[in-house]
Amino acid sequence: MSDGKPRSFQEIILRLQTYWASKGCAILQPYDMEVGAGTFHPATTLRSLGTRPWAAAYVQPSRRPTDGRYGENPNRMQHYYQYQVLIKPSPPDLQELYLGSLAAIGIDFDYHDIRFVEDDWESPTLGAWGLGWEVWCDGMEVSQFTYFQQVGGHDCHPVSGELTYGLERLAMYVLGIDHVMDMPFNDPDAPIALKYGDVFRQTEEEYSRWNFDVADTDKLLQFFEAAEAECARILDQPAEDPRSGKRIVMVHPAYDQCIKASHFFNLLDARGVISVTERQAYIGRVRALAKRCADAFVETKAGGWTGNAPEAAN
Amino acid sequence: MPDLLIELFSEEIPARMQAGAREALRQRVTDGLVEAGLTYGHARAWSTPRRLVLAIEGLSARSPDLKEERKGPRVDAPEKALEGFLRSTGLTKDQLEARDDKKGQVWIAVIDKPGRDAAEIVAEVLEGVIRSFPWPKSMRWGAGSLRWVRPLQSILCLLTTEAGAEVVPLDIDGIRAGDTTRGHRFMAPEPFRVTGFEDYAVRLKRARVMLDQDERAEQIWHDATNAAFAQGLEVVEDKGLLTEVAGLVEWPVVLMGAIGEAFLDLPPEVLQTSMKEHQKFFSVKDPKTGRIVRFVTVANRETADNGETILKGNGKVLSARLSDAAFFWGNDLAVAKAGMEDWRDALTHVTFQSALGSQADRIARIAALAREIAPMVGADPDLAEQAAKVAKLDLASQMVYEFPELQGLMGRYYAAAAGLPAEVAEACALHYKPLGPSDEVPTAPVSVAVALADKLDTLTGFWAIDETPTGSKDPFALRRAALGVIRLVLVNGLRVALNTSVTAIFQARMIMEATDQERPEFQSALFAALLNKNKGDFLGLAQAKSADLLSFFHDRLKVHLRAEGIRHDVIDACLAMPCNDDLTLLVNRAQSLNAVLTTEDGENLVQGFKRANNILTQAEEKDRVEYSFGADRKFADDPAEAALFDALDAAEAAIGPAMEAEDFAKAMAAMAALRAPIDAFFEAVQVNSDNEIIRRNRLNLLHRIRATCGSVADLTRIDG
Repeated sequence: MSDGKPRSFQEIILRLQTYWASKGCAILQPYDMEVGAGTFHPATTLRSLGTRPWAAAYVQPSRRPTDGRYGENPNRMQHYYQYQVLIKPSPPDLQELYLGSLAAIGIDFDYHDIRFVEDDWESPTLGAWGLGWEVWCDGMEVSQFTYFQQVGGHDCHPVSGELTYGLERLAMYVLGIDHVMDMPFNDPDAPIALKYGDVFRQTEEEYSRWNFDVADTDKLLQFFEAAEAECARILDQPAEDPRSGKRIVMVHPAYDQCIKASHFFNLLDARGVISVTERQAYIGRVRALAKRCADAFVETKAGGWTGNAPEAAN
Repeated sequence: MPDLLIELFSEEIPARMQAGAREALRQRVTDGLVEAGLTYGHARAWSTPRRLVLAIEGLSARSPDLKEERKGPRVDAPEKALEGFLRSTGLTKDQLEARDDKKGQVWIAVIDKPGRDAAEIVAEVLEGVIRSFPWPKSMRWGAGSLRWVRPLQSILCLLTTEAGAEVVPLDIDGIRAGDTTRGHRFMAPEPFRVTGFEDYAVRLKRARVMLDQDERAEQIWHDATNAAFAQGLEVVEDKGLLTEVAGLVEWPVVLMGAIGEAFLDLPPEVLQTSMKEHQKFFSVKDPKTGRIVRFVTVANRETADNGETILKGNGKVLSARLSDAAFFWGNDLAVAKAGMEDWRDALTHVTFQSALGSQADRIARIAALAREIAPMVGADPDLAEQAAKVAKLDLASQMVYEFPELQGLMGRYYAAAAGLPAEVAEACALHYKPLGPSDEVPTAPVSVAVALADKLDTLTGFWAIDETPTGSKDPFALRRAALGVIRLVLVNGLRVALNTSVTAIFQARMIMEATDQERPEFQSALFAALLNKNKGDFLGLAQAKSADLLSFFHDRLKVHLRAEGIRHDVIDACLAMPCNDDLTLLVNRAQSLNAVLTTEDGENLVQGFKRANNILTQAEEKDRVEYSFGADRKFADDPAEAALFDALDAAEAAIGPAMEAEDFAKAMAAMAALRAPIDAFFEAVQVNSDNEIIRRNRLNLLHRIRATCGSVADLTRIDG
């Protein structure tokens, strides 16, 4: 592990990658779709289901259209990074492993106060919940730590341990930065030193304007409904592929549509066209998709299906 | 006798669950041990964020040997029956005893139940307790199926005698009980062995864990108040926060920090709430100005720089939080100064309850009602109406959206900023009160009018749509609203015929809704169904609803008065009297009756009254007449009888005017004075005399007792 304090945002990410790689996690890449949080990556949502062991870590760009502040707020953005770790079954020393990751990014426990404060996690859109904590470092929430109990309406057996770091906030704290846009993105002594703002200020402005005022709500609504319909259509296909004769349940393509529907909902929400009562209905529709995907995933090999399931009767 | 030490070591237990868990552990383990035949001297439980601990002193080393006798079939019963009995007892025929029974000789099996070692029992009981522990929420982890509040990592379970310590043999899903534990997560993480509770407590403290939650709380409070005092400041007391914070740390270290200049102008409630809710900070105030100027945070460790880094980090987080609060405050003040129109508009789109319309609808009803109530409570109707119209507008403010518990308090600031009269601003803050049996009751007339209007609107509204509390379900806090009305009436000595008022409110609602042409769904939700059934009998419907609501008030009043030490039968005796919807009158009567019943005369009078009433009732039933003709003194042939005439004359003369003046104490005293003459009367004479004229006259005399006492309270409802 590199010594001393990290000097840039990317060094913190690299140190986390190195650390979790050294602890045996597969270092995955971000999922190539718009998601609201790292949990939506199929490496978490789907892989937390079923019985097969799993250990993965990755950065996930996350979009929350309603949080856009045109790049002006010191720590609120419509696009930010989460670092996500998912290990199934949760190892008995997960807290220690987690603390090791904080040490790896330069948090010295002799000077800081780390606390595990009750925070139960729930995702109504994913039909998921778990128990755990928000982790405080000197009163600042730096991570979510969750033992998944249920995902997509399925009890988790075994239980996955999930760690989510809000990277910008954590990095700002470690680097002592007050405004996210002032944070060094690469090494401050690099020939072309870039700050976070050099990379993202303009996009924050552009997306804030589009999210809040310009996105075509009629289109978004159509996209939402199209994604919803396509997700259902994919899952309605028979398991056996007529072309190859193989059993191919198309969970991931269907789940992509679920992710899309969720993001379109978030955009509609940011445009302020969803009323309080409608909100619940939309969330319920996305949850229904997530649940169907979860049902389908446990019918696949990655989801622990062994071929002897009652479905063989089909 | 051995001592038992149990430590259940886990990942961090939510602070709010620790007290319940301590008590459940103590209760369930001791119950289990006692049930299994062990006895113990003393048991105490403690908790930290990472451990639940139970220490039991003087546990018996073994449960006693017992003999159990089981009755079998008769000696002459068929062989099959005997075989079955032998199988179930595991004995042979020659081990049975034949004994005489009512129906002849039967076989008796005497089964020896040898005592068991404490270790074996403890293992069994503890496993049962762990597997069925009443956590409010529990979870699984890893690949196992055991449930605990968070992953259970180790179990320490030791029986200690003078001879040494013995680990209780216990293995729960791979967690094997041992004699080791660990200290503070960061300051002393190495495992160590212990030999018993005293050793455990000493080593734990050395390993930077303060086991006793009360000791942690005391230390936090002591250090915090000292730190504040040194700067001439005071820590704002908050027992709930203190308990919570003591449940978040094993080694509390108090640190006091400054609040940025820019935030010192925020209302103290905002600073306090933001710091408490988000950061679990205590507020420190300057007693001279009443302003919050510092915060106290409690860290879980000592550090090489005496907490400087920790304090800096916490201060930074606080600044970010307070920047948000200051932003909301600024935006809200701008809306308030502009007349709060934005909030008024916003509340037309916020649903109060789907069948009861929007918050704006609700506010309009409360305002109309507050205006009606104002004269009854000595408030200016215009001010009361104005106050009701603004009192809930802060529900649309950003600050209350962020901190719902600041509703009303923010309203006061915003009303003041809008330049509204002081009474109106005050009503914003106070109209939610009283929030419970011990919460302060408003007395300022405008606040009282709005507080009553708010609660009565809520109650009549939910009564109208049949959403009344059932069992433990009271989602709209209607019991609290009813108690609020009761306490507002009593504390302010208001004289209101509640039944009449509530009937009028129901009627007003119906008329308003029936004429609201733009809101058909609103009417139908409310009364259409009922109206159909009642063929448009508005008044009858309003009266029926009102009677039902009144009996709800009476139920709440009983609970309230019982808590004040007034017997339930006394309340019943007063509820049976006229004007029982005038709560002030009702309570005066009940208090006087309660007081008089604690006197010897009062207590005995009830006996005399009941005797008179019983004799009279029996005679009335038998003779099928009512003896209310009036007794004639000339037939009084015993001095005691004549004395009763005199006493009744005197009592009636005193009671009438006293009741007129609502002086219940005086009336009750006059009534109690009848005790001696009544007792003497029954001592001296036989009511059911052979002489029919005398008998009738005496029955008529008893009727005077009944009528006289009955004008004060219904004594037939008094127990005993």
